[in-house]
Amino acid sequence: MTEGADRGGNALYGPQPDVSGAAGCPDAPPRVGFFTDTSVCIGCKACEVACKEWNAIPEDGLELTGMSYDNTRGLGADTWRHVAFVEQSGPFGGPEAAPDGAADVDVFAAASRLGTGPGPARTAFPVTPDGRTELRWLMSSDVCKHCTHAGCLDVCPTGALFRTEFGTVVVQQDICNGCGYCVPACPYGVIGRREGDGRVWKCTLCYDRLGVGLEPACAKSCPTESIQFGPLEELRERARERVARLHAAGVTDARLYGESPEDGVGGAGAFFLLLDEPEVYGLPPDPQVTTRDLPAMWRHAAAAAVTLAALVLGSCARRKR
Amino acid sequence: MSESDVTRDGVRGARPGREAVTGDRAGRRRRRGGRGERPVVPEAEFGSYYGLPVISKPPWEPLDIAGYLYLGGLAGASSLLAAGARLTGRPGLAAPALTAAAGAISLSLAALVHDLGRPARFLYMLRVCKPTSPMNVGSWLLAAYAPLTLTAAATGVAGRYRLLGAAATAGAAVLGPAVATYTAVLLSDTAVPSWHEGHRELPFVFAGSAAGAASGLALAVAPAGQAGPARRLAVLGTALELGAFHTMKRRMGLAARPFGQGRAGLLVRTSELLTAGGAVLGLCSARDRRLAVAAGTALLAGSAALRFGVFHAGVASAEDPAYTVLPQRERLEALASRP
Repeated sequence: MTEGADRGGNALYGPQPDVSGAAGCPDAPPRVGFFTDTSVCIGCKACEVACKEWNAIPEDGLELTGMSYDNTRGLGADTWRHVAFVEQSGPFGGPEAAPDGAADVDVFAAASRLGTGPGPARTAFPVTPDGRTELRWLMSSDVCKHCTHAGCLDVCPTGALFRTEFGTVVVQQDICNGCGYCVPACPYGVIGRREGDGRVWKCTLCYDRLGVGLEPACAKSCPTESIQFGPLEELRERARERVARLHAAGVTDARLYGESPEDGVGGAGAFFLLLDEPEVYGLPPDPQVTTRDLPAMWRHAAAAAVTLAALVLGSCARRKR
Repeated sequence: MSESDVTRDGVRGARPGREAVTGDRAGRRRRRGGRGERPVVPEAEFGSYYGLPVISKPPWEPLDIAGYLYLGGLAGASSLLAAGARLTGRPGLAAPALTAAAGAISLSLAALVHDLGRPARFLYMLRVCKPTSPMNVGSWLLAAYAPLTLTAAATGVAGRYRLLGAAATAGAAVLGPAVATYTAVLLSDTAVPSWHEGHRELPFVFAGSAAGAASGLALAVAPAGQAGPARRLAVLGTALELGAFHTMKRRMGLAARPFGQGRAGLLVRTSELLTAGGAVLGLCSARDRRLAVAAGTALLAGSAALRFGVFHAGVASAEDPAYTVLPQRERLEALASRP
């Protein structure tokens, strides 16, 4: 990504250590964000509820999806925190590949053995030689990434989307004219246009709460501190330590997602510790800010415009007699 | 609400997604190439979150936005054709082209404003000047272009203020090509795979398609004696459009697939037939008025079908996580395998 630095100021992509300053906000407080550690998420959805309550987000339909405990499906205009539920049985190849024995477990008998009697603690389900069960639930609370290079902000034609002094990305609702351009520009599918309202809405990282020194509602409500809020640099440090600790404990699947300033969006302001590939959680594995290619797009459009003019004028030329 | 019943013979009426399994390479595997089309990349397995899309599809009405792209192209190329016809002394060609440009750009602006969530706020587009937003650049472009086009058409119809009319025609001809091609950037500057991956060639496709539409309209209404430029432009524009489109599909990998499938595939094939047919018919139409009208209609319809096809292909690529996940996965693997 040194390429970006060579091309002057990292305006469109690449690392950008002073994101508020680059957006024209001098003497900004340190950039803040979320570190969502999904390894301790219990899927309680307190964050979804707290977010809806605090931000007065309207109800958007009570529908059972029938696919899992997740009846929210994904982020959008009326969902700014979304808890993903993923059920996996190992070795990860689908339920039909479950190990022998998993299907014939008498759960009542197994449960009656739990925690009673002398001897070492036992578990209800068969365990692998390294002591872990063959079934797992992955839960992850997704949120707007508040990208260093935010596609939504770049393409907004009215300037309704802006970079705050905290380095976050927020929609000014009195400016948005509902053109909806930011919706397909987001590489994560976060922002959405609200039915009946016409404007776009997304996570503000509780801009109102930050202004008075409070932490965002979702982080405040998280009972396991899966959602951690703080200065981004500090969170990145904490996340690296957490991954190292998990790896040492044998959880080799643990990985950080979105924490690197070298990635396609210049590093996310809200990043994650995941236990499987990002796409399993509905996240893009290698998102790129679309405006990275914008200079090339304008150049090609200019060349095409010149070509069109040449074709028309050439067609009009009279043959010399 | 769940409507499934558990019976002696198993579960009845369960929703199709009930047995969906995630994280085990369970992505939907119902993909087949379009008619007679070779898969660009081999089938690959990928994980997804219950097959749900990763990115959001654009919230736009196809009629508004694909119509906006089409009419913008028609207007921009018509302005150029009008200027060219005027320069070379073909008033019978210049007059309908000027009117077409004015009519098309007015309708196109109406479509754009109609698609806004808050139409009353359409002027907010002009409260900033922002080169990173193609829609903002386009708004400024139209703010300059539309009055020029309307002035040129009005002075032409009134037959007065000839100098003003000439200046407006020239101004519209300078901005016209930009109006016709910037819409490709508008689509490409998104995370939609089938739009973004074509960002190099799409402006040329749109330029060719705009030339086809403008020449089609001119063929249909201008007197045959002065329609020579339209006949030539129809051929050149069609060649540019089909050539650029072919190159684009070949270079964009997996994201080219939606152009050959479903509604988008049908529209694209229809467009190719109409455009190529219209251009050939146009060449033979120098002496037959009815042939010229048929050729013009085919070219106009072909250009419209292309814009709707491109629009729907993008929406289809946004709705299927495969188009988002697989190329990104490949990119990561290529990066990892590099020493």
